[in-house]
Amino acid sequence: MYFPISGATIDPFYLIGLGFIIGILGGFFGVGGSFLAGPALFVAGLPMNFVVGTDLLHIVGKSIVAARKHRVLGNIDLRLAAVMVVATIGGSEIGVQGIEALKRIARVDLVVGVATIIVLVAISIFVFLESWQALKLKGSRKPVSEQTAQEKDARAFKFIAHWTHSLDWAPKMGLPHSGVKSISVWAILIVSFVGGIFSGFLGGGAGYIRMPCMVYLLGIPTHIAIGTDLFEIVVSAGYGSFRHAMDGNVDVMIALIMQTGAAIGAQIGAVLTQYFNGPRIRMAFAPLPLIGAGLIIYGLATGRHIH
Amino acid sequence: MEPLPSWKTFLIELLLYAVLLVVYFAFVLHYLGGWFKELFDHDRKLFAVMALAVMIAQTVGLEIVSSFLIWLMRRKRKN
Repeated sequence: MYFPISGATIDPFYLIGLGFIIGILGGFFGVGGSFLAGPALFVAGLPMNFVVGTDLLHIVGKSIVAARKHRVLGNIDLRLAAVMVVATIGGSEIGVQGIEALKRIARVDLVVGVATIIVLVAISIFVFLESWQALKLKGSRKPVSEQTAQEKDARAFKFIAHWTHSLDWAPKMGLPHSGVKSISVWAILIVSFVGGIFSGFLGGGAGYIRMPCMVYLLGIPTHIAIGTDLFEIVVSAGYGSFRHAMDGNVDVMIALIMQTGAAIGAQIGAVLTQYFNGPRIRMAFAPLPLIGAGLIIYGLATGRHIH
Repeated sequence: MEPLPSWKTFLIELLLYAVLLVVYFAFVLHYLGGWFKELFDHDRKLFAVMALAVMIAQTVGLEIVSSFLIWLMRRKRKN
């Protein structure tokens, strides 16, 4: 099927199937799925600038529904989100400008492709190491049914968050909802600014960068980090996709078709989570970014696309 | 905690949902494709606003339909 906005020809059933798989991943792992959606759209023949913008638009809708559910559960720290939104939008704008600069010198596919491969491989290694450590910690403690909420959220590399909290960069603020007594506003701004750059430059909500940073650098409890991140993505990805649409980098029809498949997949993913526990889900997630990296390498190396 | 649905019920829910989506899919392709291309070529700002609005409306709409279907199927199962 021909998509006149992007000039790409892609099988709509490929898009529905892709959305379906991403929906399952989103429902099961609680991630946006841009690590797979972006590479899969690129391999299907969509130019990289459209991959970035279209994936961002696709993320907006999904995040609204998920953030609404997390708000009901009390998983959103509004103070933290308010500070993060400002820096994320700033970072996102720089990411968008980076794409525009690359468009002018016709190097979007290569630069964004290589950057994506590096990020995906790094995430895969980090998630594998962390979940492996967390599984070891979990095994040495009492049964899960007897654990407190804090014990269930046990994670490796805690010393990083302690170091961040000890930074004496004024101004500092407290995050009572997240159980953080005092933290430098600069630490929050830097984390969200970097997340924004990744979001604007590589597409997606950049939850794959921001989520680990919030948990391991800022010391935010996992469930609040997920809820706050989703709430923040609604604003930042909304802004990013608006800017990309203005610059002609969004094929709205592709995003809408993908979303129909994602809506079915999300139902399956949500049901599946009831059969597995946290660290095992994270461990299962670890190899998935490598599939995305493999797809990008295939597209860049062969120049061939799947229609 | 709510009991898990049987696979049979779950598959019926999905089938119903998939049929609805195919109908919607045809509607979107027929009526929105040309209109969005026109906006893309002539009014980029309106295109950006409408792209966001339609995406949000579709996601929220599908969520409401799926929640309603699940509620309907589970109510029938209870009765």
